[in-house]
Amino acid sequence: MIKKESTDAQLVSAYMKGNEQAISVLITRHKQKIYSFIYSKVFDRDLSEDIFQDTFIKVIKTLKRGAYNEEGKFISWVMRISHNLVIDHFRKNNRMPKFENNSDFNIFSVLHDGSLNAEKTMIKEQVEGDLKKIIQELPDDQKEVLLMRIYKEMSFKDISEKTGVSINTALGRMRYALINLRKVIDKHNIVLTN
Amino acid sequence: MQKMYSGTSRSERVNENLVPKEETVRFLLDYSKALSVIDYNKMKFEALLN
Repeated sequence: MIKKESTDAQLVSAYMKGNEQAISVLITRHKQKIYSFIYSKVFDRDLSEDIFQDTFIKVIKTLKRGAYNEEGKFISWVMRISHNLVIDHFRKNNRMPKFENNSDFNIFSVLHDGSLNAEKTMIKEQVEGDLKKIIQELPDDQKEVLLMRIYKEMSFKDISEKTGVSINTALGRMRYALINLRKVIDKHNIVLTN
Repeated sequence: MQKMYSGTSRSERVNENLVPKEETVRFLLDYSKALSVIDYNKMKFEALLN
């Protein structure tokens, strides 16, 4: 017969003899202490539930196998099991670190995704489209040099060879192309930034 | 007297009255009832019976 005031040792002994009610009394008696201990280490309700459950699964298995020997206190033994499980959890997590955000600091305030978001991609496409249209307005000789220099990334030496003019002429055409572009942009108040 | 500003680094303090959920305890009691350890030739086998 199980009494509420039975000692832990008596309850453990009764449970090992097959009295299922004994484990219920033991869990009810110690659940708050063990659960709070786990929570104080992991600060997560769901995780605490998991570790609490795993702790008692170990306790139940050990007792049912008859592998428990009453060396110290029952509660110290259970606490040691939960402590080891908490350590296991942190070890596992260290291999795959998790960053916890709180109200003071958010990791995404310092970590950026290099790619543009949908809005910036649209702006970029628009700017590039506008620029291409403006370039089409340039005189042919200036347009040719600018396209070769900016879009084909050719050197002025290569441009001069390809167009059959001197490097200085190519440089001059490039200079005028940029001046004319700026003039058109200013004249029409075109915004080419994103 | 100088004020002492201190507190736990966590926003949530550990409440002394924390207990596991009822279903967790229920699961453990059911698990205990379902688990039986069979002794065979000095070996122990665990069996979960529903």
